[in-house]
Amino acid sequence: MENRPLEYDYTVAKMFMFTTIVLGIVGMLVGVILAFELAFPSVNTFLGSGLAEFTNFSRLRPLHTDAVIFGFTLSGIFATWYYVGQRVLKVSMAESGFLMFIGKLHFVLYVIGVAAVVVSLLAGVTTSKEYAEFEWPIDIAIVIVWVLFGMSIFGLIGIRREKALYISVWYYIATFLGVAMLYLFNNMAIPTMLAASPIGESGIGAWYHSVSMYAGTNDALVQWWYGHNAVAFGFTVPIVAMIYYFLPKESGQAIYSYKLSLLSFWGLMFVYLWAGGHHLLFSTVPDWMQTMGSIFSVVLILPSWGSAINMLLTMKGEWQQVAASPLIKFMILGSTFYMFSTLEGPIQAIKSVNAIAHFTDWIVGHVHDGVLGWVGFMIMAALYHMAPRVFKREIYSKSLMATQFWIQTLGVVLYFTSMWIAGITQGMMWRAHDEFGNLAYSFIDTVTVLHPYYTIRGIGGLLYLIGFLMFAYNIYKTMTAGRKVEESELQNASPMGA
Amino acid sequence: MFHWLEKHPFFFAVGVFVVIAFAGLIEILPNFAQASRPVIGTTPYSTLELTGRHVYIKNSCNACHSQLIRPFKSETDRYGHYSLSGEYAYDRPFLWGSKRTGPDLMRVGNYRTTDWHENHMKDPSAVVPGSIMPGYPWLFTNKADVDTAYAEQLTVAQFFSVPYNKPVPMKDGSTKTVKMGNSVAEANALALAEAKVIAADMKDQDVKDAVARGEIPEIVALIAYMNSLK
Repeated sequence: MENRPLEYDYTVAKMFMFTTIVLGIVGMLVGVILAFELAFPSVNTFLGSGLAEFTNFSRLRPLHTDAVIFGFTLSGIFATWYYVGQRVLKVSMAESGFLMFIGKLHFVLYVIGVAAVVVSLLAGVTTSKEYAEFEWPIDIAIVIVWVLFGMSIFGLIGIRREKALYISVWYYIATFLGVAMLYLFNNMAIPTMLAASPIGESGIGAWYHSVSMYAGTNDALVQWWYGHNAVAFGFTVPIVAMIYYFLPKESGQAIYSYKLSLLSFWGLMFVYLWAGGHHLLFSTVPDWMQTMGSIFSVVLILPSWGSAINMLLTMKGEWQQVAASPLIKFMILGSTFYMFSTLEGPIQAIKSVNAIAHFTDWIVGHVHDGVLGWVGFMIMAALYHMAPRVFKREIYSKSLMATQFWIQTLGVVLYFTSMWIAGITQGMMWRAHDEFGNLAYSFIDTVTVLHPYYTIRGIGGLLYLIGFLMFAYNIYKTMTAGRKVEESELQNASPMGA
Repeated sequence: MFHWLEKHPFFFAVGVFVVIAFAGLIEILPNFAQASRPVIGTTPYSTLELTGRHVYIKNSCNACHSQLIRPFKSETDRYGHYSLSGEYAYDRPFLWGSKRTGPDLMRVGNYRTTDWHENHMKDPSAVVPGSIMPGYPWLFTNKADVDTAYAEQLTVAQFFSVPYNKPVPMKDGSTKTVKMGNSVAEANALALAEAKVIAADMKDQDVKDAVARGEIPEIVALIAYMNSLK
């Protein structure tokens, strides 16, 4: 056998890189529109009053969350899996015609599923459950897409040359299993077309409609067990998989501590699922579950910070790289936002804090410092690292990447600071009483006061979107106009043009 | 052990699954039977109310409005008695929401009227100056889907024993029977009878005419649902 490195096949990775970028633009653009709709309600009819049904806040909001979660993030997870998987298992997709077929089918069905989701959400076909809005026909399609993802993971593992699974693969496996379990249980529903009336009519009403298997408090419990852990297995676990691969690769540094990665992984797996109850504090869910949700949320700091600290210490002695490379900057600030967000979350899960924070914009701020600062930064960094190796070209512009980094960082900071102020202001105003024990403010007072913060948030989101468009442009130019690079240039730090 | 697991993907996956499934088993299973028992006075949704609930969901009202009153003085002062688990026994799906961009609606039927909703849904800021809620004028022209609501009634009656056409105990010791039609035509007739009561309190002539013709605009169903939230 000749002594040269394996040639990996990135066909499927490239496809998912494409959807990561396209759906990222869609999801973030809709997000910016929503932000300005709250600041300036006239934006609700920006395509004219005739189309207002499809452009107003409530109809677009699920499209934003789902486009970002199941579009941008999931595509990023798939793209990196089809890149990282081959490399850490030391096997090429091209070696198995079957896996290549599965990979391509995975992509095609995914795109069809995304199209169905967009159409159905705009039409108002929704179950109303957050991040699980899809009706049963789409749910079935999603399950098929997920099974194909699983076949791809375990298929590649089955023909691997490297016997020990690298840390990233642990996290990809956990992503697959966790989402599968959560999604199946939360979406249990009975299609109403199955019902027959006493006189024997059947197939009544909309064929795609279904009714949840769970009612009321139980439905809420299952939904937030799902909702919270969709965050776990969509925004945390697979993103940690990425950073465990891409940071050591880009920096040329070994992971700081294997033991810490073990502790963080198994700790995260065990603790995360318990914390869902913190979405239901002071609700009609039994008290002990609420308390468990609070406590485990605080315990969750340990495994979360374990991973983040492992990443930061991986840079030990090599901090000059952070200054020199905007790509490393994205990953290091991403880890920092991860630490920040996983400290903020537990604070909000403490009952007395939650009493103020729940139902307010502080929660929205928390989600976005995690997703914009951690998930978004990490996925973009991963794609930047992949681009030269996938396209065999130098990253088009380093200065554009650096500018993008600072614009987006400013965007995230504006976003979460404005939402903190908005959330705490509103939470305090809701509970304020005057000297006679009457409510001090009517509800509308607590809305109009938020206008400046909603405006600042909109600007923050817009800056992030502008940065993302710069990212898309940079990747596009890398594909088409970047200088071609030799194999020998592709060691650690990604080659970048000025 | 961990080194061994890392070389045996099957057992690794089984291990991960057991660890993540553990919390769900302990937290979710034990309370299932107890929590879905209705409190006295909680009735299933009528055909028109359920149709309206679908309009509420179709427009993602739950993206901005909660239906969960927490046990704080500030909340009970503003919205009424705090929520009880059994009050949600017939809510499939639950509509607690996670964000209060607008006020809670758990008991909105206690303090808002058909007339108020009609004006408000057309142009919220005309009723509540400074409101950032957009108008929903299409609800006045879109036709409500009664058939699907009827199919849902049949489904929950059959699979979850929701007591349609059966007496349900009320707080004052009396009973109330929520009727469900025996056929699609009967279900539509029941919904129309309810719609006529709502439309009588409305001003929009097009809506009144539609109901007189036997059609039910979405706004009528939505208002029926909102009025039922008590």
